[in-house]
Amino acid sequence: MRVSLTRRYRFAASHRLYTSHLSEEQNRRVYGKCSNPYGHGHNYFVEVTVSGPIDPETGMIANLSVLDPFVQDRMIEAFDQKYLNEQVAEFAPEKRLVPTTENLCRVIFGRLRAFPAARLERVRIEETSNNSFEVEEGADEAA
Amino acid sequence: MVEEHAGGGTLEGQDVPFAALIVSYEQTHAGIFEGSMIRITRRVEFSAAHFYHNPNLSPEENLRIFGKCNNPHGHGHNYALEVTIAGEPDATTGMILDLKELKEILQTEVIDRMDHRHLNYEVPELAGQIPTCENLAVAIWKLLLPRITKGKLDRVRVYESPDLFADCAAGNSIRGEVRS
Repeated sequence: MRVSLTRRYRFAASHRLYTSHLSEEQNRRVYGKCSNPYGHGHNYFVEVTVSGPIDPETGMIANLSVLDPFVQDRMIEAFDQKYLNEQVAEFAPEKRLVPTTENLCRVIFGRLRAFPAARLERVRIEETSNNSFEVEEGADEAA
Repeated sequence: MVEEHAGGGTLEGQDVPFAALIVSYEQTHAGIFEGSMIRITRRVEFSAAHFYHNPNLSPEENLRIFGKCNNPHGHGHNYALEVTIAGEPDATTGMILDLKELKEILQTEVIDRMDHRHLNYEVPELAGQIPTCENLAVAIWKLLLPRITKGKLDRVRVYESPDLFADCAAGNSIRGEVRS
């Protein structure tokens, strides 16, 4: 059997789906209202899943007192109340990475994979209650 | 014409007995489920108390590792358990297993043992272990495994709160080796 632990976090951020590879008109056609020039925002929920042996001394895969500050430092501080297109390094205009929630999954996975106490297994993001995206260990990451 | 006592239904405007309907269903759906793995999940909730304390560690270490969960008076949660069974639906019933049967198994193996109990003192399956979400998922997996005879136990997910859950899933133990 395999055992994993999942913790749910949240942050609020704004973004605009837009790529300089396409014209304004094409951006509008591909991304629709998500391409409105002033951006818009979401309350994101992020599920972080880690796996590994259960330490017999603590009964835990990872102590939340270690996981929570790590996620706080690597993810929440960097994304909460921010404009993803301009305030998150991975989405800087010269990187030409559109801040879709698919790409957000890869970026967050990349930021959290260094977690020292257990293996990062999956990052799942709910952009709204109707849309969710996930990336699993083994998938490639954003540069 | 409806046959007496046998029950019946309507097929293209004609009254036919249930037995005939079932035969017809098996014929028209022959092979439709073959090789298709379906997962079905049932959710139950229970409430229990626990605290985290390892007698092999000093009081200071216990407090450092477990924080407020170390409070010896304990605290409680409304747990939610999701049990997933995988298998092929039976061609006659359309079911992997009878959900009523699964409900009874969850009642006997989990609810009767754990609901409104103190996990540290009243649940022998957790004796000698820290009753974390992870260990609870493994203990419930071990309780259910021998009871699931139709379909395969695929996953046990235990929610301690809406923001925290542990999964115990079928598969090899390379990534999530259990040492309890």
